Amino acid sequence: MTLTKMTLAAALLGATTLGAQAADLRIALQSDADVLDPDQSRTFVGRIVYTSLCDKLVDITPDLEIIPQLATEWSFSEDGKQLTMKLRDDAVFHDGTPFDAEAVAANIDRSQNLETSRRKSELSSITGVEVLGSHEIRFDLADADATLMAQFADRAGMMVSPTAAEAAGDDFGLNPVCSGPYQFKERVAQDRIVLEKFADYYNADDFHFDTVTYLPIPDTTVRLANLQSGDVDMIERLAATDLAQAEGDDGINVESAVSLGYQGITINVANGEKGDNPWGNDKRLRQALSYAIDREAINQVVFNGAFAAGNQPFPPNSPWYSTDFPVPERDVEKAKELLAEAGFADGIDLEVQVPNTTIPLQLMQVVQSMAAEAGINISITSKEFATLLADQSAGDYQASQIGWSGRVDPDGNIHQFMTSDGGINDSKFSNPEVDELLNKARKSNDQDVRRESYTAARAILNEELPIVYLYHQTWIWALDAGLTGFTAYPDGMIRLDGVMKAEG
Amino acid sequence: MLSFILRRLVIAIPTIILISVFVFTLQKLLPGDPVLAMAGEERDPQVLEFLREKYRLNDPIPVQYFTWIGNALTGDLGISLRTNQPVLELIGEKLPVTIQLATMAMIFAMVIGIPAGIFSAVKKGTVTDYVANVVALSGLSIPNFWLGIMLILLVSVKWKLLPASGYVPLSEDPLRSITVMLMPAFVLGTALAATLMRHTRSAMLSVMSSDYVRTARAKGLVERKVILKHAFRNALTPIVTLTALLFGELIAGAVLTEQIFTIPGFGKLVVDAVFNRDYAVVQGIVLVTAVGFIFMNLLADVAYVLLNPRLRKQ
Repeated sequence: MTLTKMTLAAALLGATTLGAQAADLRIALQSDADVLDPDQSRTFVGRIVYTSLCDKLVDITPDLEIIPQLATEWSFSEDGKQLTMKLRDDAVFHDGTPFDAEAVAANIDRSQNLETSRRKSELSSITGVEVLGSHEIRFDLADADATLMAQFADRAGMMVSPTAAEAAGDDFGLNPVCSGPYQFKERVAQDRIVLEKFADYYNADDFHFDTVTYLPIPDTTVRLANLQSGDVDMIERLAATDLAQAEGDDGINVESAVSLGYQGITINVANGEKGDNPWGNDKRLRQALSYAIDREAINQVVFNGAFAAGNQPFPPNSPWYSTDFPVPERDVEKAKELLAEAGFADGIDLEVQVPNTTIPLQLMQVVQSMAAEAGINISITSKEFATLLADQSAGDYQASQIGWSGRVDPDGNIHQFMTSDGGINDSKFSNPEVDELLNKARKSNDQDVRRESYTAARAILNEELPIVYLYHQTWIWALDAGLTGFTAYPDGMIRLDGVMKAEG
Repeated sequence: MLSFILRRLVIAIPTIILISVFVFTLQKLLPGDPVLAMAGEERDPQVLEFLREKYRLNDPIPVQYFTWIGNALTGDLGISLRTNQPVLELIGEKLPVTIQLATMAMIFAMVIGIPAGIFSAVKKGTVTDYVANVVALSGLSIPNFWLGIMLILLVSVKWKLLPASGYVPLSEDPLRSITVMLMPAFVLGTALAATLMRHTRSAMLSVMSSDYVRTARAKGLVERKVILKHAFRNALTPIVTLTALLFGELIAGAVLTEQIFTIPGFGKLVVDAVFNRDYAVVQGIVLVTAVGFIFMNLLADVAYVLLNPRLRKQ
């Protein structure tokens, strides 16, 4: 009896302390970030933390236009091989080091030369950096690079304190020092990352919380429960299946934006011996698979209609989507015809590897039953993600259900997958014409030229189908109804300027 | 006595070596490349190669093993591939969390399981006994994750009584630390409570039918005294042994509970490390756990010897 009383008393005491600190914003993330060094880090959630911690040279609008952040203006030379940038003169790093052109030069050097840097390929076009004045800098490029500004709008453009970086070396990530609106306070691995307001931020008035706490809560149900119980103020990546529940709750607001990424089935076309099979050798089979799938039905069945059906590396609402090739309707007869033409009128087997988590498995089961109606017998091999990735990279697969989180510049969604020597071309698809078109798009700063190139490449890729695109994830945030000022961005980041809690 | 302890220690050394070799080899047999797993979407071949060199993944496996065990002997278990934190520091940070969870779960299990076992033994064959058995069976069969999520939805979301998940260190705010851990400890403790209840019941039943209990009753003692003072005391020995054994199991069982309630403990550390192929962390954890178990066994052996002089000669 006494124990129950004690339990209750403790519970009540615990409950009263909840929500007491109004100046703290608590955000639940789907997973824990990796090392907090913009040059070394790899995770999506890491980037969410950086959005408040580390300012970038430039930022994006929800419509993917590049806008000033630490750089105030910029221009490319006629031939596109020189980029001149003016920098703001009122920014300072969290350790007091002033932000200037020298700091930018040091950052580019670090991103390019730190042995553990993951930013090397993103900045590979930069061959020289010239400091023109205290707050003016010029980048010399090996060749015109249309993707560079978008790289500067992400981790490659994040500026860390050169003083702190030099002192800490590889260990910088244990105590990151940047110039964003919030500075690093503490981190307990797998538990929380806490940032506190940086008083000397040039735009400090726009940020309304004393501290921001990021909590990794992997389970979607538990994440939503934490929001409903008031333990957190905001959660990212609400499951599409929980959408109805969240929308039905008066205490919760839901915001969403179609992501920049895609999900699809990558088919091994020429990656080692395993690519040498009818699926790798005959595009008609891949076309048949694509025709057999009802993409909108997948969206409805697996994602409650919350995501976007797709057939290209860019979502249909993207300015880069080629409208000449709309999402195809399902056509089982056409699929059967193609199979028959290829000599498989009696059906054919296909082994697809799938990450062993709920959503990919559900997705593939739906695809499996759709494909079966056309005579394609899919066997699903579910693998733990690290294994799947290793097998895919080594060419030890026939087809693989995998996706890409997406990049601001269209190049990031297609070039490295579809060019002959692309770094993540696990299909080992190779077509000289596609190579030429994608390289051309990468080098032109003219939007129309780029769009034409992508459309021309799409015409070929839509025939060849080394990747059968299926859908585009929608980022769904759920927020406490008392939170205002949040804007949904297609990059999935959480920008806190203007976000505040209503009184009471 | 000293020579006994020394002898035990000498025997422990090959065991530890065997375990370390075993873990190391098993890890290498796991499919999946740690560097690739870590790289995620960013697979710059140059960087991948640098990392393989840095973490000496290109060395022959025996060389890798001796480097690792050599460093381990000096107390350096390496650093996490994922967060760059030293492994020993990670373990030191996470182990107390899980011990707190396991201890609280054990208290729940004992408080529920033992009285229920006594009660059901005393009322053997009655409706009360059957009800207690059904409840115990449910406790054993309800999956942890389901019970956890149901409790979160009910207690946190609906009644808003307890925080849904998370962790507060005991040193920071003891009361809140315990409050936050009530639900997870209860969830973890339920299955154990059921086991304890079943064992208490059978231990009590066998004691209750023994001669001295009959004698005690014949003496005219009140039933309460017969049960608690005579029967239960003697039934306690196997229960205590079992409880001690189960504690180790609790730490293993904490893995799932920690996942549901997002508690940054030992279990979550090891699961995440395995998924990320964070070799140094997995190896470090297994080594520390193995050494811990051997040490506990040694303590138990010493205790037996102290209690029973006949064992010293053997």
